[in-house]
Amino acid sequence: MNASHAWLESLLTVPLSAERMRELITAHCCTVDEMVRLRDDLTGIVIGRVVEAARHPDSDHLWVTKVDAGRDALLDVVCGAPNVKAGGVYPFAPVGTTLPGGLVLERRKIRGAVSNGMLCSARELALGDNHEGILELDTSAPPGTPLLDAIPLGDTRLVIDVTPNRPDLLSHAGLARELAAAVGAQMRLPPVPGALPATRAPAARAGSEIQVGGVRVRLEDADGCPRYMGAVMRDIAVGPSPAWLAERIVAVGGRSINNVVDATNYVLHELGQPVHAFDVAELGGREIVVRRARAGEQIVTLDGVSRTLDANTTVIADHDRAQAVAGVMGGAESEVTAQTTAIFIEVAHFDPVRVRRARRALNLSTDASYRFERHVDIELPPRALARVIEIVAAVAAGRVDGAPGDLYPSPHVPRTVSLRPARVAAVLGDAVPQNEIAGLLTPLGFEVEARPGTLEVTVPSWRPDVVREVDLVEEVARRRGYDTFSSELRPFRPGTVPESSLEIVSRRVRDALVARGLLEARPLPFVKGADIGFVRVANPLSENEAHLRRDLLDTLARRAEYNLARMQRDVRLFEIGAVFLPSADTLPLEELRAALIVMGHRRPPHWTETRPPDFDEWDAKGLAEEIASAAYPSAQIALGPEGEGDWLWSIVVDGARRGGVRRVTLDAPVWAAPAFGVEVTLLTVPSGFVAQPGAARYEARPAAATQHHVQYRALPDTPAAEFDLALVVPNDMPAARVEEVIRAASGDLLEHVTLFDEYRGEAVPNGFRSLAWRLTFRHPERTLRDKEVAGRREKLLRTLEGELGVRQRTS
Amino acid sequence: MTLDEFLAAVASLESTSRAHVDAAGTPAALEAARTALLGRKSGRLTELMRALPGLPADARRDAGAAVNRLKTAIEAALDDRRAALAAPAPAAPPLDRTMPPRHRGRGAKHPVTLVVEEIVEIFRELSFTVATGPEAEHDWYNFGALNFPPEHPAMDLHDTLYLAKGALLRTHTSPVQVRTLQSYPPPIRILAPGNAFRRDFFDASHAPVFMQIEGMAVDEGVSFVDLKATLTHFATRFFGTTETRFRPSYFPFTEPSAEMDVRCTICGGSGCAACKGTGWMEILGSGMIHPAVLESAGVDSETYTGWAFGMGPGRIADLRYGIPDIRFLYDSDVRFLEQFAT
Repeated sequence: MNASHAWLESLLTVPLSAERMRELITAHCCTVDEMVRLRDDLTGIVIGRVVEAARHPDSDHLWVTKVDAGRDALLDVVCGAPNVKAGGVYPFAPVGTTLPGGLVLERRKIRGAVSNGMLCSARELALGDNHEGILELDTSAPPGTPLLDAIPLGDTRLVIDVTPNRPDLLSHAGLARELAAAVGAQMRLPPVPGALPATRAPAARAGSEIQVGGVRVRLEDADGCPRYMGAVMRDIAVGPSPAWLAERIVAVGGRSINNVVDATNYVLHELGQPVHAFDVAELGGREIVVRRARAGEQIVTLDGVSRTLDANTTVIADHDRAQAVAGVMGGAESEVTAQTTAIFIEVAHFDPVRVRRARRALNLSTDASYRFERHVDIELPPRALARVIEIVAAVAAGRVDGAPGDLYPSPHVPRTVSLRPARVAAVLGDAVPQNEIAGLLTPLGFEVEARPGTLEVTVPSWRPDVVREVDLVEEVARRRGYDTFSSELRPFRPGTVPESSLEIVSRRVRDALVARGLLEARPLPFVKGADIGFVRVANPLSENEAHLRRDLLDTLARRAEYNLARMQRDVRLFEIGAVFLPSADTLPLEELRAALIVMGHRRPPHWTETRPPDFDEWDAKGLAEEIASAAYPSAQIALGPEGEGDWLWSIVVDGARRGGVRRVTLDAPVWAAPAFGVEVTLLTVPSGFVAQPGAARYEARPAAATQHHVQYRALPDTPAAEFDLALVVPNDMPAARVEEVIRAASGDLLEHVTLFDEYRGEAVPNGFRSLAWRLTFRHPERTLRDKEVAGRREKLLRTLEGELGVRQRTS
Repeated sequence: MTLDEFLAAVASLESTSRAHVDAAGTPAALEAARTALLGRKSGRLTELMRALPGLPADARRDAGAAVNRLKTAIEAALDDRRAALAAPAPAAPPLDRTMPPRHRGRGAKHPVTLVVEEIVEIFRELSFTVATGPEAEHDWYNFGALNFPPEHPAMDLHDTLYLAKGALLRTHTSPVQVRTLQSYPPPIRILAPGNAFRRDFFDASHAPVFMQIEGMAVDEGVSFVDLKATLTHFATRFFGTTETRFRPSYFPFTEPSAEMDVRCTICGGSGCAACKGTGWMEILGSGMIHPAVLESAGVDSETYTGWAFGMGPGRIADLRYGIPDIRFLYDSDVRFLEQFAT
């Protein structure tokens, strides 16, 4: 909403600066996004005081002056104005200033005298037509002060972000009502320049049909149009608007069109009532019908576009065809033109939802539709119509033909809402006395009647947002000012909600990954998937990203490629985020997962190690194991070989597959290192209905996450005995199988088994490798004797040979 | 054996023993050399001494003197060698302590995570816990339960990505309010950080997915004063400012609704481009939970009241870390992310 400071001020009984209006609107209503000085083109102009003025030696009309413009030295300025005199104060444009016409002032010589700028006339500053002399200023501002700061010049536009619940603020009168209440002043409509003494004909009211100045008006769609008023004015002289009217329209960002259209727009901005004027001569059958559009009905709107309507749209038609889309835009056919002499003025209340649908269907938003969608005061039309008639009569001549008509089948019944002062205190935390409450509400048009313990408040028709007690509590709070309420921290009870398991596990896994040197990424979850197997977004931002990911590695891989494209060879990214899997339910199956991708140097190069090794499969396997144990702290975790090609291992947690490790194929340059990825499912995100709407289900509350506590194991106080076993193992025999036999055959006293070497080559036959394990044995109570250890070794070697045919490496 | 033969054997041993001793590179090898030469059982010198009694009597004196001389010489050689082995290795070159250290690759949390964690930390001190909800949400939790009037312009502020009929990507984290209220009885004090989705195209300050953090407190007697107090406490801790401002706003799910501003952290209130000249920065939206929302979740709105807030950690991260464009938060450039390593 663009508001003009001058316009607002004209509606108030006290003066208020634009800055003060901004403060008050911000504190009591809504956000003021911006303040725009409409005469920014005068920014460079300053106050100049003429200290000396002498006749130019070579001219009979020029003066050579010395001007104090707030600088260190006086400036020589040549001036041709007859009214320049020493001691006078004038607008001064120093060298370098751009004047409103676009002229940039330069230092120049005029008949031999140097001039360092210009003393300006009203016309030169686009402040009026006067060019007889320079503009004499009456100001005590010191020389050098910017003109705009010294003198109230030009209007200021306030750009206000009116919230959708406050349609009443979409007009100058509505804003002025709030401002007046805030400063204890009154709001009143200023007289229209040139208005004739009011000759208001009272409107004739009917339910569905009425004659208005020779036009038959029929209301067929009372759902779409609960109130329709109209008046006919004849002997109109369409022409340019007077300056005061055009200025107002321009001040709010509009464009002056002609006196009749500007008058309707003026009322829209002044009162918030959209008004439309039809050329009576173009109305077929001298008829106005408010009805639903016929399916497929066509209309050419004022913007020259031909539009097809549907039956959910209300139209204003003549006998033959639609002449306007109700509440959105008029039609081109009945547009007011220079030739128009008679107009039908429409002032109506259209149903917000209907207008909204039409606006969306036509993709056509206008000042009118914006207001109708948000609700225009249904009691406003009589006043708005009288105001339009008054203005049109003043600016475009014309007289009202017959009584205005008012089709209003179900008049508005004011709403009454009870407000308990005790409730005000409970919600706001500080008590507000009953008489203060009444004093806050009344200036906004609420009628307050005190009853024991409660106030019966009648809501004005322009406040559709006030329907229940809490809405009035808000009125009290914002009228009083939020800053008047205390901000002391008061006692509270701790909550009943345990920490979310999703949060706990995310934090644990994130900490583990960061500790291992990985960088957290937060990519977007959109991918180019397929319609089978992926969840599709019905209205995607782009067809290239129309699906939701089902794997984190999918989006992480794209981020790795992004880095490769920026010549970053070392990538180690992780993400903890949601994936979405198709499901038979309304919502997709949502899983919280953690994934990582690593490629390039395992650690930064150092002078002791110029080329650190690259990440490989074993790094990925280790990270996988570590994330899985961070995610499932007390579970059995196994990484078994799985799949072919890029797939390496599955991550199995307590017997269930929870993720995998894979090589990641990227769109990568030749210098890129191989990439490895790990993805682990952490939890399913519950997304069903907790309970029926309107109900709670505390018995279904998720249990608090079970805590895993490390259990202490006694530190050994006996020495360990260790030996190494180097075994010749066929290439196709898994090391894990050998280790399994080693564990089984070693008995209880085995403390660790570590595979510490793999060797192929000399002395190891083809098709085999040598694998070396170190075994550590310990007896909890005594030192193991050499013989016992040797005995175990012998037994182990026999078992390995017997079960697997594996022997010790001999050389 | 004659004296000559004996003396020849002594000379032979004398000529090789020195080399034998000096060849020992370790104390163990030196010990082995000593054993080989002087060992009680089969040392070569010992064997010569054992041969002494077999010599003619007149030769024994000279032979004894010779072998004793050799023994002394060998022992001296052993001592020398032992001393040489024990001596410190030739002095290592001095450490150039200006050379760079060895680092591991440093990990980092995402800047938005850092901001969320910092916010959560502050609220934890006031007994808040973290609650979560799904990102793919039912229409009802996202809009209906939160008192969004159907076909109302308020919906225009939530340009929604829909999945299927009744399913959408949540446009804010506020659905977690309703899910939590349906699951747990008051008193409730929660924070709900999470992703929200809007049908917004990327630009320097908008993204189709962004982090939001929601907070809510519901109990008997919870009021607007508590809202102001808690959020002011938060702002004081988080921004180090004591100056906050609350002003009216509108959200369908709160009433009264309030926007909280803090004194501009860039200009300190004198007005700059970052605060559009107002001296204040918008930080969060908040309000008293609308009774209709409590009622949607089966909470008695006459007995219980509550407040809630929502803010965008992404924007705060941009502000706090001086990030000029929100897209850096999504690009995952490792050079950007490494800057947040701790």
